[in-house]
Amino acid sequence: MTAVGTLEGGETDSTGEVRTRRSGRGPVRLVVLAGLVAFVVFGLPTLLDRYWLQIVTSAVIYSIVTLGLGLLIGRAGMVSLCQFLLLAIGAWVALRLEYATSLPFPVLIVVAGVVTGLIGALIGLPALRLSGLYLALITLMAAGAITVVLRIAQFPNGGGGFFGNSAAGGASSRLPRPAIAAGDTAYFRYCVVVAGLMFVLAVWQVRGKSGRAWAALRQSQATAVAAGVNTMLYRLWAFALASFMAGVAGGLLAADSGGVNINQFPVQNSILLLAVVLMGGVYSLWGAVVAALLLRLLPALLDNWGVSTELLTILFGIGILQVLLTAPGGLADQVPKDLANLGRRLRNLVSPKAKRAAPPT
Amino acid sequence: MIEVHGLTVRFGGVVPIDRMTVTLAGGTCGLIGPNGAGKTTFFNVLSGFVKPIAGSVHAFGEDLLAVTDFRRARWGVRRTFQTEQAIANLTVYDNVLLVHENTGGGRATRRQDVMDAVTFVGLEPEANHLVGTLGVASRRLVEVARAVVGKPRLVLLDEPAAGLPADETEHLAQLIRRIPQETEAPVILVDHDMSLVSACCATTAVLDFGRLIASGATAQVLRDEHVISAYLGAEEEL
Repeated sequence: MTAVGTLEGGETDSTGEVRTRRSGRGPVRLVVLAGLVAFVVFGLPTLLDRYWLQIVTSAVIYSIVTLGLGLLIGRAGMVSLCQFLLLAIGAWVALRLEYATSLPFPVLIVVAGVVTGLIGALIGLPALRLSGLYLALITLMAAGAITVVLRIAQFPNGGGGFFGNSAAGGASSRLPRPAIAAGDTAYFRYCVVVAGLMFVLAVWQVRGKSGRAWAALRQSQATAVAAGVNTMLYRLWAFALASFMAGVAGGLLAADSGGVNINQFPVQNSILLLAVVLMGGVYSLWGAVVAALLLRLLPALLDNWGVSTELLTILFGIGILQVLLTAPGGLADQVPKDLANLGRRLRNLVSPKAKRAAPPT
Repeated sequence: MIEVHGLTVRFGGVVPIDRMTVTLAGGTCGLIGPNGAGKTTFFNVLSGFVKPIAGSVHAFGEDLLAVTDFRRARWGVRRTFQTEQAIANLTVYDNVLLVHENTGGGRATRRQDVMDAVTFVGLEPEANHLVGTLGVASRRLVEVARAVVGKPRLVLLDEPAAGLPADETEHLAQLIRRIPQETEAPVILVDHDMSLVSACCATTAVLDFGRLIASGATAQVLRDEHVISAYLGAEEEL
């Protein structure tokens, strides 16, 4: 088998090529990414006052939700309109666990994530039969149902024990933060680390067996089945993973300044969430970051500039239209392309000679 | 050895396969017939996408119809699609790997098995290219690689040469002829290209309106009057 020897050699070379293809110039990207994370963790909090730090913290938390929804839509090709309510479930479970047990914070949010993941998988059951609009509708109904349950249970309620109920409950409630992240800055960093872990989890899943199975599923059910993919399992897993992430984010949100209350989770926000996730871009993990910024930072900025946040609905409407018509990859895909185009044009302006050499766009 | 007995498929008022009884021996067997004769439906029955209302399919003595759809691939049924379905967002390597890891292929030999299949179709230089960036001929080859990786026991090729130029078809024909030796699995080839079928298949079965109208040695079948009138039109010369 001499052929095998040469192949292996060739393969190592071309594996490098894959990395290039997937993430541009691999090591450079990694360094830039590390630099960016370091800046966000250490530099950013010093530049922001308390108000903006809270905004950015919530953007970080929401990026976990948008990450999950982006995976579900972009990788597995399914739509869910109940992610916002699963976020509430995550917060609720974390709070109830905190009343009932003395689990450390990290365990608390992981358990909240797992419980939410199971509930998400349950809601995802119709996905085994339905897709597209009908699936979206069913998840929206599920979101409505969750709201009803939360209202009846007087979410988040301050009663003792897991199922405890206090008559006075219903007000805002906050999960105690872990000792190492009691302050706002420390908690921001804590959230960045958790979000980072979730992104690592996402990358690991997308590049692994699940990611390949989802790619097959997204292309067509028949392709996936013919390749031996257990389509039920991987559809449910996509739902469970997206919901797990929403649950973890919920746990973090419960410990965020101000805590949580029922009015924070209107059903229609799940639609808003879908809109920003599509605008951010579902085919790249960066899209989740963009989506979270659109969802949390943009309203705050508009507010700060004295522009009515009602305008957002219109802005997002136009944004969605633009994405659906011209940039299916979303902002995360479009902006780098546009910047590259702009750069090329600028270079052409500076030295017209380069124009002939430039590849056609 | 694939034994099909009394197989009937019905979609409402349409009967794409009507009491089909045929025994397919090893090697490469052709399955031809006019459009709508039931060839792809037959493949869909074997892959588990379509449930027949009557009849049985036994492959190597096992009742194939009792196996759940996605487990057919694990059992050893592999197929290509009429409209090529290689997964555009994955690399050639990952496309083949997907089949291997979902059909019970062992971890220890995974890399080797996948590369063997990729090499078999001659795509090793493109192993790490995204399938979406490849031409139609290469994408067809990716499907063939997916069909031979691991331990297939029955390979179904649904018009693998559709839309390919003559020289690519020739390359494909050479590959198809090698599949039975390489994998020890019987191959069923559906195609409208009679030269491809003659070049690859020792035996051929002919379907027309869901019924088997002829089967036997390819050269003989292609000379059969019924076949010529049903498939090629009564006046045409072969």
